[in-house]
Amino acid sequence: MIGIIQTYWQALLYSDGYRMTGLAMTLWLLVISCGIGFCLAVPLAVLRNARSPLLWFPVWLYTFLFRGTPLYVQLLLIYTGIYGLDFIHNTAPFNEFFRQGLNCTILSFALNTGAYTTEIFAGSIKETSHGEVDAGLAMGMSRFTLYRRIIIPSALRRALPVYSNEVILMLHATTLAFTATVPDILKVANDAYSATYDPFDCFGVAALIYLCVSFGLIFLFRRAERHFLAYLSP
Amino acid sequence: MFDLAGYGQQIFSGTMTTIELSVLSLILSFIIGLLGASAKLAKSRVLRGMSTVYTTLIRGVPDLVLMLLIFYSLQIWLNDFSDYLDSLQNSIDFEFPLDPFTSGVITLGFIYGAYFTETFRGAFLAVPKGQLEAARAFGMRPMLVFRRILFPQMMRYALPGIGNNWQVILKATALVSLIGLSDVVKAAQAAGEATFRTFFFISVAGLVYLVLTVISNGVLMFLQRKYAVGVRKAAL
Repeated sequence: MIGIIQTYWQALLYSDGYRMTGLAMTLWLLVISCGIGFCLAVPLAVLRNARSPLLWFPVWLYTFLFRGTPLYVQLLLIYTGIYGLDFIHNTAPFNEFFRQGLNCTILSFALNTGAYTTEIFAGSIKETSHGEVDAGLAMGMSRFTLYRRIIIPSALRRALPVYSNEVILMLHATTLAFTATVPDILKVANDAYSATYDPFDCFGVAALIYLCVSFGLIFLFRRAERHFLAYLSP
Repeated sequence: MFDLAGYGQQIFSGTMTTIELSVLSLILSFIIGLLGASAKLAKSRVLRGMSTVYTTLIRGVPDLVLMLLIFYSLQIWLNDFSDYLDSLQNSIDFEFPLDPFTSGVITLGFIYGAYFTETFRGAFLAVPKGQLEAARAFGMRPMLVFRRILFPQMMRYALPGIGNNWQVILKATALVSLIGLSDVVKAAQAAGEATFRTFFFISVAGLVYLVLTVISNGVLMFLQRKYAVGVRKAAL
């Protein structure tokens, strides 16, 4: 195990000399896909609770499709499936975009976590106590201001414990990136395994790094919860 | 439009493999979960410590990493073990071959057993203590208490968690194609590469998963109604 750490510590943590690899790549994937997913989820969660079926049905369909299929299938569909279509092949910007494994990975991760996050936020918006909304209306707020000032901040706060779970699950899901040739922690570990044929040590090191990141994230979310949900504590 | 180009049979058998794999791993992880939850609530400090380490480690590490770790290591450990048995006595040649299906079931069962442990622990705690005390006062043995009193009442609280875990296991079986098992994803990939219609065939695989998800949602709703018999709901 020491030998593997000595040979691969640089690649496992930040770079193999040419590009970003390992832990840095995993964290980058996590941050960008959760960031895009979050930005996607907030407006969609509002639409998911709309009265008109024209508004909520497409959002329901999106979350149903992306939550009902495995992320690996979605990644394959975007990485190998879409690139195989003639129409994509012949359009220069699309061709450029879908040729990169990293772009496809980020796109599929963001769409996947966006679907789960939408459902989390939508559930939380639905649970908003009617007193808060009544108070906002009584202050003469328009619908937009009501959402911006009252409903969304309150819903996001209450969604924090569930959302932290989703982020941890997303960290675990980023391991799939190695199937699209993105050099994350697991890819480096897999390369080390191909070089040494020592599965327990190679994947064990990767598992330890993931464990540390998981605990780090849990710690950060605990602190965030104490900060944002202080008013709910007993 | 819906032309499977002769790959229908392969995709169907892949789907069957996926279902078998998920059901068997569900059963295995169910059993591990029950044992783990009992260990977590046991009086012995050793048992509690072991089960806590198990759930914390497994839930902190991505399932794909664990899958590769266990899948590749399990065979090596088994080979070492059979070598050891051989060295003890030379008359019989011990061998423990592992096919991807068996090790897939063992790996998935072991990983999701940790999630089931947490589900069952919460459900065990939700059963009123008086019920168990009454059962003991009737002179029931621990196994009988579990079978007649604890299990039927615990299931009602555990069902939503079990449903979630089942959906996650079903989707995690897609990862098993990475360790060489010919499930529905693998079949779809092979068909797509052979016919140059990858998009279509992978969509078919996605559709299979969607159908399985919808069916299991229906079954879960039925089970939930069954185990909630005799519970009064608050009228809202």
